[in-house]
Amino acid sequence: MPIPDLSPELAPQIAVELGLKLEEYEKVVEILGRTPTVTELYMYSLMWSEHCSYKHSKKALGMFPTTGEHVLQGPGENAGVIGVGDGWAVAFKMESHNHPSAIEPYQGAATGVGGIIRDIFTMGARPIASLNSLRFGTLDNPRQRYLFEGAVAGIGGYGNCLGVPTVGGEVYFEEAYEGNCLINAMAIGLMREEDITRAVAAGPGNLVVLIGSTTGRDGIGGASTLASQEFDEKAEDKRPSVQVGDPFEEKLLIEACLELLDRKLLVGLGDLGAAGLTSSASEMASRGGVGLDIDVTKIPAREEAMRAFEYMVSESQERMLAVVTPENLEEVHAVCERWGLRSTVIGEVTDTGRFVVREGEAVVADMPAATLAHDAPVYHPAKERPAYLDEVQAFDPMTLEHPDTVEGLNNALLRVLASPNICSRRWIWEQYDHQVMLNTVVVPGSDAAVLRIGDTGRGETTERGIAVSSDCNGRYCYLDPYAGAQIAFVEAARNVACSGGRAAAITDCLNFGNPEKPEVFWTFYEGVRGLSDACVAFGVPVISGNVSFYNESFGSPIYPTPTVGLVGVLEDVSAHCTMDFKHEGDAIVLLGRTKNELGGSEYLKVVHGMVAGRPPRVDLVDERLLSELLVTAIGSGIVHSAHDCSEGGLGVALAESCIAGGLGATVDLGGTLPPVAALLSETQGRVVLTVAPEHYDALKMLAATHATPCTQIGAVGGDRLRIEGLVDLALDELREAFEPTLERLVHGQT
Amino acid sequence: MRFGVVRFPGSNCEQDVVHAVQHLGFDAGYIWHGDTDLAGYDAIVLPGGFSYGDYIRCGAVARFSPVMAEVVRFAERGGPVIGICNGFQILTEAHLLPGALLRNTGLKFVCKPASLRVEESVCQWLDLPPGTVVSVPVNHNEGNFICDDETLERIRGNGQVVLRYCEPDGTTADGGSAPNGALDDIAGITNERGNVFGLMPHPERVVDPVSGGTDGQEFFSAIAERVVNAG
Repeated sequence: MPIPDLSPELAPQIAVELGLKLEEYEKVVEILGRTPTVTELYMYSLMWSEHCSYKHSKKALGMFPTTGEHVLQGPGENAGVIGVGDGWAVAFKMESHNHPSAIEPYQGAATGVGGIIRDIFTMGARPIASLNSLRFGTLDNPRQRYLFEGAVAGIGGYGNCLGVPTVGGEVYFEEAYEGNCLINAMAIGLMREEDITRAVAAGPGNLVVLIGSTTGRDGIGGASTLASQEFDEKAEDKRPSVQVGDPFEEKLLIEACLELLDRKLLVGLGDLGAAGLTSSASEMASRGGVGLDIDVTKIPAREEAMRAFEYMVSESQERMLAVVTPENLEEVHAVCERWGLRSTVIGEVTDTGRFVVREGEAVVADMPAATLAHDAPVYHPAKERPAYLDEVQAFDPMTLEHPDTVEGLNNALLRVLASPNICSRRWIWEQYDHQVMLNTVVVPGSDAAVLRIGDTGRGETTERGIAVSSDCNGRYCYLDPYAGAQIAFVEAARNVACSGGRAAAITDCLNFGNPEKPEVFWTFYEGVRGLSDACVAFGVPVISGNVSFYNESFGSPIYPTPTVGLVGVLEDVSAHCTMDFKHEGDAIVLLGRTKNELGGSEYLKVVHGMVAGRPPRVDLVDERLLSELLVTAIGSGIVHSAHDCSEGGLGVALAESCIAGGLGATVDLGGTLPPVAALLSETQGRVVLTVAPEHYDALKMLAATHATPCTQIGAVGGDRLRIEGLVDLALDELREAFEPTLERLVHGQT
Repeated sequence: MRFGVVRFPGSNCEQDVVHAVQHLGFDAGYIWHGDTDLAGYDAIVLPGGFSYGDYIRCGAVARFSPVMAEVVRFAERGGPVIGICNGFQILTEAHLLPGALLRNTGLKFVCKPASLRVEESVCQWLDLPPGTVVSVPVNHNEGNFICDDETLERIRGNGQVVLRYCEPDGTTADGGSAPNGALDDIAGITNERGNVFGLMPHPERVVDPVSGGTDGQEFFSAIAERVVNAG
């Protein structure tokens, strides 16, 4: 029994200050059968926070399909794992670090990368790539420029030092993210199937070893005070809750932990992320059905006079928790020392099922370990369709006046190309090492990143590959969360298919506002339902993910942003495809058919300043057929380029393929659509391909067997993009609009 | 032919170098920074990365690693040593090469292909005709080469400037072609003897055609040929 340090009157007040609801406090009392201690209250408040317990989202997430032939590890571990053939397995996961980044962008983003990378090597996989999905307010605001520049520098600063290539990502700038930016980081790791490791504690008498950095007061309460609350004018006061990263320490941790796992020296390995030691220790114990006995005075501290609860909830970065048999302890210490890392026995595994925390002789917490990880209340939040939807969806873009001359449409296309949401991302990805490890086959800037499957460190390379893309258009989700979430999925699938990859599994990062508001929860529920339906239609499971709620500032939520990270498999990585036009005379082919769908479009936003209408319709059956067609056609070797049509429609897709290839095109779109819709409608299910003219018939036959419309719309050549009756622009004009925008905006120019 | 690739805490391109030289059919092994035995290696590579986190100053801690005293002796005996990126920074810190690498003038990390012009030099690591232009990626935050005027005159005069950043056609742009502000567009230099070579670009990234190109092959094959011929 711990020494009581709180009166029954004071304890509930502290519980509420720490973020527990009164009824949650009462549940803690019921579990313990007494008044909790301060340490216990801290531990429960963090583990039962939304960030750690998913108490508002758990039920909705049950909709996701999570199994499939490739799946080796579904949700519930540090990362999901799929098999990619020949005994190779790929672990991946996406996670948010939104609130820390909104306060301190460099460290927030850097430690976001660090955290997700630890999740990957905790599974026994060598981290081989990372991606990021970013959202900010518009760059005319200096604060947003600071956040954007800081986050990009932080991601680069951390990932570059680790030697893990940052191979892709996405960024949007919208007013809705002004007070609450989004920093979602995704990491991918590679291992042999038999090396999958689970974060589990087992074997009473085994030792609990803390590896890596010292423990300080940084990040205390990050999961409850930052991640699970909205922002208000006190946000700046929360700066001490932001952790500080040390990528050098993490690099050493990667090498040491992989060596320890490789040499089978560990019983289990967990990383210390949100809620620090409390979270990793209680989760490992509950998975193993064992208890733990930890003495905080053994933990190496970086500050003086730390209290027991501070040790238990500190979010100091670059720490791992290992369970080690007494026989292997010496060898574990030796490996860590060789890598210049601390390793300290801080406790042991017990058979009691209880998580006991001591401060020297004194017991300061004693609770059933599983109750921290599993007994958080599950809520069924009320949901209500937001009233704004009727108004925005009723808007018909065709009631506006649209350009219909070549001059007017030239201008519209250039403005859309120069939009911060469309323009070249080169300024960002040139700050990231995207090549280290020598597996990056397609560098950033095309539809998806393509990586060779291979561990060059062990001298093993294969002909296989993966293609990976992260996507989500929050504006579509704002206008229709169900359709928007589906578009996030199908766009990722098209991006991967355009690179030659067959969709295998996804991870997601579901960024929403306060789930306790019925209108917000409705958007969350619809988003999950949409994403789930898309996954089912494609037969693609969700193998890991993260929910980030309370993304609001001053009472106003962000756009619903369910980001999808999709991984596809290429049996022959050399048969991948990129988006750039490659040969004069190639036939330009449109797969799919353009409809008049300008609702939620970039054109509507850029030219008319409006976010309204219905987002494009999604036909999941057509999308799946299109993806299968692309994989087959690209695999057959006849496709010279493939580029997905998304924001900015056909006009932008053609322009990007011209710019990337340094070649012009002459195109006739035909049809009866209004000119602006033919050029800038954002109809889903479309891809621009090029093939040699002699292969057009073969492609057309293949498309027919996939029930996909296939139309030759033009030919590659020259140094202008000419679209009959719509556009006539020199390549240089396209480049001048597309290339320099971001850098200009970051420097405060317009 | 066996390359020894030094592994400092925080190195992260060592496996890339090993992959690249093995791709070319040569042998390679890792040398732990705490070891002092270079026996059995014909050439030493100090790879890229962030040795010791690049704390204090890039390369400033690594030069005191036990292995570096041996690398200095190896170089003084005429053994071939190449320092790539962080390895170049370490070579300057260890005074095996003159000059220093400052933070990029753009104050940003930069990862992109760079066109490099091969200059007439005494460098034993390259056999390409002067004027040849190769494309090799740079990947650094501190690649802005600097030295005093006297040193610059000396290394120019001695044929120690091996590579200069240039435009794809081999010319130099007005105001320079360096992506990092390097003095005189210098991308790589050698010592007077020509056996120690430091460069910011990463030739190991353009050896295996699956993931880059082939312009970097010569950076490892020429020295191998020289070593083998010297028998």
